[in-house]
Amino acid sequence: MQLEIRERKIGQIVILDLTGKITIGDGSNKLRDEVNRLLEIGEREIILNFEGTSYLDSSGIGELISRHTTTKNQGGHLKLLKLPKKIRDLLTVTKLLGVFETFENEQDAVLSFGVLGVVPQQNG
Amino acid sequence: MMQAEKVVEITIASSLELIDIITLTADHFAKLSGFDEEELYRINLAVRESVANAIEHGNKYNAEKNVEARFGLTELRLSVSIRDHGAGFDPETLPDPLDPENLLNPAGRGILYMRSFMDQVDLVRHPEGGMQITMVKNRPAPSSPPPAPETSSGGEGK
Repeated sequence: MQLEIRERKIGQIVILDLTGKITIGDGSNKLRDEVNRLLEIGEREIILNFEGTSYLDSSGIGELISRHTTTKNQGGHLKLLKLPKKIRDLLTVTKLLGVFETFENEQDAVLSFGVLGVVPQQNG
Repeated sequence: MMQAEKVVEITIASSLELIDIITLTADHFAKLSGFDEEELYRINLAVRESVANAIEHGNKYNAEKNVEARFGLTELRLSVSIRDHGAGFDPETLPDPLDPENLLNPAGRGILYMRSFMDQVDLVRHPEGGMQITMVKNRPAPSSPPPAPETSSGGEGK
């Protein structure tokens, strides 16, 4: 399945829900273009949600590193949410897990940005 | 009696759109070999990386140069060979992607994944030109049959 990207916003934080494959060619290019577009319009706090991502290859890993570096160089943050085990394993093998901030829970990821985001309302 | 090797050979043009033809075959052989879902992903990835390297770095997207894949399945192992028709390279000269200096390089991890996920990986210059990567994965041991129910008398209460 080709990569599909859905954009959501919570306060100043943009969440990209990634569904499908991030592989050499179309998938990697689409991710690069989308993050670059966000940076161009001034977004700096970005979460990539991998819950629906079925496959990542070394090209996809390379794209993550490039977007992480580009975002950081522009004063922003790129964080990873809900990494499937097989993708987490790829980052572990290449000693990259420590390079990224990763979260299992969306609220934790949003809160990690501090005052820049809007704290989700607690019920009850 | 030892069974003959089951072989499939596929040739594709140097196009990223055609990689899936080879990785789908890899999936089929991995299933035939008895690997679980996790190993299926790893074998698929190792094959994808080798074909992508052949297209990108070997044949440099030259549509007139092919990538040749050979799958071989025996009772004991699955082997996959991928050959390109590029200039070739010395694998010893490749930068180590785990070196802290290279950690943030966007490229250079494909061979590391192949070596991590397959049991044996050999990169050689093909005698007729280009590089050939041969990867071997030992098949899992067949699961033991359930123990036969006890038929002898005896046991508790005696």
